[in-house]
Amino acid sequence: MQVIFKTSYNQDINILSKTGQYIRVTLLVLAMLTAPLYLDVYYLSELGMLLVYVVAGVGLMILTGFTGQVSFGHAAFLGIGAYCHSILMSMGVPFFVSLPATALFSGLVGMLLGRSASKMHGFYLAVATLAFLIIVETLIGEWTDVTGGYAGFSVPELEIFGFYFVEMWQQYYVDLGVTLFVLWGTANLLRSPSGRAFLAVRDSELSARSLGVNIEWVKIQSFGISAAVTGVAGVLLAHHLLYLSPETFGVLESLKLLLMIVVGGLGSILGAVFGAIFVSLLPVALSILRDVLPDEISQQAGLEPMLFGFIIVIFVVFEPDGISGRWRKLLHFFETFPYYRKASFVRQKSYLKTERMR
Amino acid sequence: MLPIDDVFRLTLIGISQGCAYGLVALGFVLIYKATEVVNFAHGDFMMFGGFAVLTFSESFGLGFWPSLLCACIAMGAAGFLVDALIMRRIIGQSQASVFILTVAFGFILRSAAGMIWGWNPVSIDTPFDNEVTIANVTIGAERLAIIAATVVLCTALYLFFSRSRLGIAMQASAQNQLAAYYMGIPVRRQVSLVWALAAAIATIAGAFMAPITQLDTNTGFIGIKALAGAIVGGFGSIPGTLLGCLLIGVIEPFADYFFPSIKGVSAYIVMLVVLFIRPEGLIVQTYMKKV
Repeated sequence: MQVIFKTSYNQDINILSKTGQYIRVTLLVLAMLTAPLYLDVYYLSELGMLLVYVVAGVGLMILTGFTGQVSFGHAAFLGIGAYCHSILMSMGVPFFVSLPATALFSGLVGMLLGRSASKMHGFYLAVATLAFLIIVETLIGEWTDVTGGYAGFSVPELEIFGFYFVEMWQQYYVDLGVTLFVLWGTANLLRSPSGRAFLAVRDSELSARSLGVNIEWVKIQSFGISAAVTGVAGVLLAHHLLYLSPETFGVLESLKLLLMIVVGGLGSILGAVFGAIFVSLLPVALSILRDVLPDEISQQAGLEPMLFGFIIVIFVVFEPDGISGRWRKLLHFFETFPYYRKASFVRQKSYLKTERMR
Repeated sequence: MLPIDDVFRLTLIGISQGCAYGLVALGFVLIYKATEVVNFAHGDFMMFGGFAVLTFSESFGLGFWPSLLCACIAMGAAGFLVDALIMRRIIGQSQASVFILTVAFGFILRSAAGMIWGWNPVSIDTPFDNEVTIANVTIGAERLAIIAATVVLCTALYLFFSRSRLGIAMQASAQNQLAAYYMGIPVRRQVSLVWALAAAIATIAGAFMAPITQLDTNTGFIGIKALAGAIVGGFGSIPGTLLGCLLIGVIEPFADYFFPSIKGVSAYIVMLVVLFIRPEGLIVQTYMKKV
């Protein structure tokens, strides 16, 4: 186990602190950068899709994992981002203007929702965001003049400074650049006073307030940033889907995002990454499972949602920290090699936190 | 303008729809009061209960009422087990995990129902398939049956919670688990019993809803609207919940009539408007903690 010798106070807030982390992150980034060299188009597009979900997961993680506000409606921001960007692009706005404009617009909508949601808590918020999602979906579907309605809206080609990015590897690099920027930005956010305020609000609103945190403003900020990041994910998603329709951004998509961060591990950026990997690999695993199982079971139509459900139940009950928690335990096992004990990560006894008295 | 008969008819439909939402919302509120868990799968419990009634009446040849009773017992046992085996283990985890867990139950129940009873809508034979005419308005008896069921069930629940020993013990453990535990109330069993009660009520709701909207695996989505109604009224108080559900139920047919383009969304718009004005619903149930 590496003991870090601290020589300055700034070391406390370094994004990466251990040598092992530097090595792993560098190797991962290098592997991602060189991916077009050794992956064919199909896997490259899957990898791009994975990156889109990483961004979306980080967006939801900022709100749910770091600020503790559960949102069932984040697919709405995905939709808002995708539609806003496509409409701007089709009006001839260049990509580098359209992307920040979309993030800003999505963020503003998020702040509006946050403004009205900042007084709500717990499941009121969850259901309010769910209602917001259903209303946005209906709005996109009914506002045919602008969005094309249920008939769909075709996304213009990805064009940056007059160059058309039609090859998959070019699009992949755009995805990768945005993803790395979002990951770096989020890690930076978390070590800033605003990010710390988010965590304080999550852990206890009362103690955060007593330390001088303006809770409502923090929630509005968190909603805004989260919505902006998710909107950016929507932009990337639009270029992968090529054709948008309102049903793409429904309740199921929202649940998928929430499933992602719960399975990945609430409260860490790594969790969003693991969650995205999990969600992307799940269909592959299911199709393998279908081949193994006898026909009577594998031909059933409801098999997929059922397995989905069982996986969530198993994760929530047995590994509440998600895959990233498991990963931390694994690292700890190797770092302290012969000394790892069952009690190293024993779960603390947890009690019911009441909502009625806040 | 609408003719007065249509207004009356839409109101009556609205009230019966509101009662249906109320029946579903009762289960939400009971579980929430006891454990502060919002069971997002409650609508699917209702759907499953409806199918259970169907099974008892068709496969075992029982009449409507005996099969309703059997289904209530079976679903109650299932609800008890869900709490005793799973929900009890995740006390104190973050809300997001608990929400997604109950949503996962919904997924499991929906696919299980689809695998067992098929994906096509079915209907249940109930004693209320004739039509009734009240003051020039003809309405299906099943709609009146829902109103009657809600009234009867609410009275029964009120009596149960205010008069019976078990009901008072349940109230006590819902209000303060620790204090109730010190008084010798088996809190864990009470909580599981509340889950059983909620599942049984969901079964009744499913059986009475089945004649109106045919029963299929997606029937459970009505739970979201019931949740909206319960939130409008202020979650956690049963009268408030019923009030909110009635409000939503009555507004819905009128809104669908006047603004057909937003069909099905009006309930959520009402809920968001109410939440903007009063973030904790019409009847407030939470209090600020004092230090």
